[in-house]
Amino acid sequence: MSETRSISLTVNGRAVAADVEVRLTLADFLRQNLRLTGTHLGCEHGVCGACTILLDGRSARSCLMLAVQANGHAITTVEGLAPNAEQMHPLQIAFQEQHALQCGFCTPGMLTTLTELLRDNPDPSAAQVREAISGNLCRCTGYNSIVDATLQAAKKLREGVPG
Amino acid sequence: MSAAGMNAGGSKAGSLIGKSMPRLEDKALLRGTARFIDDINLPGMLHVAFLRSGFAHARIERIDCAAARALPGVHAVLTLDDLKPLLTTPYLVVALPSPHFKLDLHRPALADGEVRHVGEPIAAVVADSRYIAEDALALIEVDYDPLPAVADCRAALQPGADLSHADQPHNLVAELRTEFGDIEQAFAKAAHISRADLWVHRGGGHSMECRGDVAIYDDVQDHLTLYSSTQAPHAAMQQLAKILGRPETGLRVITPDVGGGFGPKLIFYPEDVVVSCAALLLKRPVKWVEDRRENFIATTQERDQYWSMEIAVDDQARILGLRGEMLHDHGAYTARGLNVAYGSAHTVVMPYEVPAYDLNIKLAVTNKVPVTPVRGAGQPQGAFAMERLLDVVAQEMGLDRAEVRRRNLVRAEDMPRSKPIVTRGGIDVVLDSGDLPAAQADVLRAADWDGFKARQRAALAEGRYIGLGLANFVEATGRGPFEPATVRVDITGRISVMTGAAAMGQSTKSMLAQLVADQLGVSMQQIEAITGDTARIALGIGGFNSRQTVMAGSSAHLAAKAIREKMIKIVGHRFNAVEEELAVADGRVFVANDPERGMSFGEIAQAVAGLPGYVLPPGVSAGLEATEYFTQDAMAYTNGAAVAEVEVDVETGDVRVHRLILSHDCGQQINPMIVDGQLMGGIAHGLGNALFERMGFDDQAQPVTTNYGEYLLVGAGEMPEVSLLHRSSPTPLNPLGLKGVGEAGVIPTPAAIASAIEDALSPFGVRICQAPIAPQEILSLIEAARQNADANPAPLAAGMR
Repeated sequence: MSETRSISLTVNGRAVAADVEVRLTLADFLRQNLRLTGTHLGCEHGVCGACTILLDGRSARSCLMLAVQANGHAITTVEGLAPNAEQMHPLQIAFQEQHALQCGFCTPGMLTTLTELLRDNPDPSAAQVREAISGNLCRCTGYNSIVDATLQAAKKLREGVPG
Repeated sequence: MSAAGMNAGGSKAGSLIGKSMPRLEDKALLRGTARFIDDINLPGMLHVAFLRSGFAHARIERIDCAAARALPGVHAVLTLDDLKPLLTTPYLVVALPSPHFKLDLHRPALADGEVRHVGEPIAAVVADSRYIAEDALALIEVDYDPLPAVADCRAALQPGADLSHADQPHNLVAELRTEFGDIEQAFAKAAHISRADLWVHRGGGHSMECRGDVAIYDDVQDHLTLYSSTQAPHAAMQQLAKILGRPETGLRVITPDVGGGFGPKLIFYPEDVVVSCAALLLKRPVKWVEDRRENFIATTQERDQYWSMEIAVDDQARILGLRGEMLHDHGAYTARGLNVAYGSAHTVVMPYEVPAYDLNIKLAVTNKVPVTPVRGAGQPQGAFAMERLLDVVAQEMGLDRAEVRRRNLVRAEDMPRSKPIVTRGGIDVVLDSGDLPAAQADVLRAADWDGFKARQRAALAEGRYIGLGLANFVEATGRGPFEPATVRVDITGRISVMTGAAAMGQSTKSMLAQLVADQLGVSMQQIEAITGDTARIALGIGGFNSRQTVMAGSSAHLAAKAIREKMIKIVGHRFNAVEEELAVADGRVFVANDPERGMSFGEIAQAVAGLPGYVLPPGVSAGLEATEYFTQDAMAYTNGAAVAEVEVDVETGDVRVHRLILSHDCGQQINPMIVDGQLMGGIAHGLGNALFERMGFDDQAQPVTTNYGEYLLVGAGEMPEVSLLHRSSPTPLNPLGLKGVGEAGVIPTPAAIASAIEDALSPFGVRICQAPIAPQEILSLIEAARQNADANPAPLAAGMR
C-alpha cells in the first residue's frame, strides 16, 4: 500500500478532510472519494480540458494534480457553479439556450474555464473566448455555439441579471 | 380543423414539430449530475486494467501471471484460458454478412496465442482499485516472439508480402466490385478523360468520453447486467447471449449517459466480454473504463483508403463513366464488416448522373486496430474522390468547377431517381427526394462564387493566397429495418417513451419527447424518455448511420398517435361524444365545448388497466401502451453542398479556413436547433479530417500518435465562421418526412477544403490529392511546383482562370 497523507481543503465552499494516498490524483479524489463525478476525465494527460476545476479561482487540470497538492486550497467544481438547486449560473443557462452542449462530457471543463474568463474579463470579444477555451476539446458542437453562449452570459452578468 | 386535432393552447398535433425546443438532457449535464459510465460506483466494486500488446505482430510463447496474482488487492488475473470455461467460443463473431469475404478474421476475447495489433488485450487484472490493477500489469511477464508486421495496406497485397495473421493464406480479406453501365464504351467515346490518385485518411471517433463497462452479476437471479457506453445496447446483449451461452432473459444491457459515440462505440468489443466474465467469476460488480491511450490503440478507427480513378466526360463535361481501384485498410480483424468500403463506393456516384461505373475495391488486412465506421462511415472518402475528380475535369477543360457540377447533378424534376446499385443489405438505392442543383446554387450565392475571382486577384496583389472550394454530397440515412418505440401512460398519468435507440449526445431523448408531446398535447418535460435499455423493450438496433430520428422517431410518433386515438375512443364512449367533439390538452381528453366532461390521462389509463370482474370499455384493448415497429427498408437520402473559403500562407504552409457555408436538406426537421448542432459538429470533424487528424504508425505498425499532443483535434481557434442554409424536401418514406442529419456535415467538408486549397494555390498549379494535408506537405507541393516552373516557365499561370 502506498504512503498516505492527511489533507484538508475546501470544495465548493465545504470543508473537507481526508487521508489519501499520495499518488491519488485530484480528479480521482473529487470523483471517487467525494463522489463529485461532474468533473470528467477525457485524456488524463492535460490536453482535453474536461477535468478543469478552479483552484483558488484559477483554472487547473485536476488530472495533472495530486490530491495532496490541493491541501489548504479552495476547489470549485462544476457542481459548485450554480447558486442553488433551483437556479443555474448564467453560463449554464446560456449553454442550454445556445445549444452549447450535446453529449455534455466536455461541458464541466468548459464551464469552469469560462467562469474564470468572465470573472477576469466581463466583456470579452469572441476571439478572447476562443482563446480562453483553446485548451478545451469538444467533439460535438464545433465550438461556435459555446462562444455565442459565453457572450450571452457575459452580457447577462454585466447587466446584473441573475440568470 | 377538427376539434380532435386540438392540443394545449388551441394548437393541433404537429405544432411542436419544427420548433427549436430546449433539451431535456441539459440540466443534469450542466450541473454535473449526469451519470456517465465512470460515474457508476457500487459497493464492493472491483476495477479492471488490461495488459495490451506492445507488438503489432507477435507469437506469445508464455504468459506468467503469478507475481501479479500475488499482489495484495488483486482478485484475479485473467487470460483467454481463464475465460474459456464461460464462453461458447473464444471469438467475437460480429461481422455483418457479405458474400465477398475471403477470410474470417474474428477477434478473440483475449489474445489467442498470437497478437495482431498494438493494443490487443492479452490479460486483464481485476483489483480493488484501478491503481492497484495497473501496478499488477507491470508484474505480468509475457514472452513474445515478434513476427513481421504489416504496417501499410498497399504493402499487404504485394506478392510475397508478410502475413498479418500467421495462420491465414494471404492478406486480402475481401474484394468488392461495384459496376453498372457499359464502362468500355463510356471511355471509348469520351471527349476527355481525367485521372486522380488519392489518399484519404480518417482517424478515430474521438468521443471525449472513452469506452467503459460496469458488469453486475446477481447470483440469486443468475442475471448479468452490463452498463456499457455503447451505441448499440441490444446488439451487445445479443452478442453476450451468444458468446456466454446465456438466455437473453438472463442479460440486460443499459447505456448510461454516453459522452459521444461517433461510430467506434457501436462495436462489440473484447473488453465487453472480459468485464462480463470477471463479474460472473468473482460475483462482484466490476468496472473498466478505457483511458485515452487505450482509446488510441484499442478502439476501432477508420484510417486509409488509396484511390486510383479515372473519369470519362463528353465535350460538354457531362460524365460518361467512372472507373478505378480502391484499396482499403481493414485492420487486423473484422470488427464490423465491409460496410465502410461499401459506403465509400456508393457515395461517389450518388449526387451526379453517372451512366457507367466500375470500381474494384480490395480490403487488406494489416497489423493495426480494426477499421469500423467513424462518423460518415466511408462517405467522406467517396465524396472526396468524386469531387477531386470533378475539379480535375474543370481544370483540364478550362471550365468553372461549379458549372461542371451543375451539368452533372441529379435534377429535382428527375426525383425520385433510381440508382443502379443496391445497399449492402440488397435494397435498391433510390434518391427519394431533394433538389441538388438548388442546394449548390444556395451555397454559391451565399459565397458570392462569381465575385470571388476579383477578390482573389486583389488578395494575390497583396501577396495573400485565398481560395474557394465546392463539394456536393448525398448522405445515406435512416438505415432500416426498424427501431421500435413504446409509449405508455400509467395510472398516475405519467407518460414514458421507451426505445432501443441509444442516446450518445445527439439529443435522442429530447427528440422522442418532442414527438410524443406533440401528439399528446403536453410539454416535453412531462415525458420520460428511456433509451438504450434492453429490459425496457425487446428489440433494438442502435445509434449509427444517422438512423435514430428517422426510425425511432417515426415509431415514437406512430405509438403516441395510437395512444392519442385510443384515449379519444375511451373518453368518447364515456361521454357519448364523437371524436370531432373532443380535445386533447393539459393532460386531459375532454369535450371541447364542455371541458368538465372529460378524463385525465391517469383516469383513462385506469379505465383500461383492468378491474377484476369488470369489463373494458367497448372496442379497446387492455392497457394504455402502444409499441410500434415502424419499418423502412429503403434509406432516406439527405443532400447538400458546401463551400469553403481558405487562406494559405505559402511561407509556412498554414491553412486557415475563413468561412464554411453548408446547404442542407434533411426533409422535415423536428428541432432545428439540434439539426444545426449536428451539422456544426460534423463540419468541425470534417475540418479535422481535412487538415489535422492523422493516426500515425511507424513501419512496424507501432502507433506514433497516442495522445492529443500528437494527434490533433480541431479546437475553438480553428473553427471558421459557418453559415448553415436549409432546404426541406420531406421524404415519402416515413410519415413525418424525416431524413437523418448526424453525419452530413462531415461528408463534403474535406473535399470542399481541399478544393479551396487547390484554388488558393492555383498560381503554382499544385494538386491536392490527399486528406488530411499538413503544412509541410503543402510547402513540398509548392516547392515542387516552383522547381517545375523553373524548368518549364510557360504553364505557371495556367491555374488562375
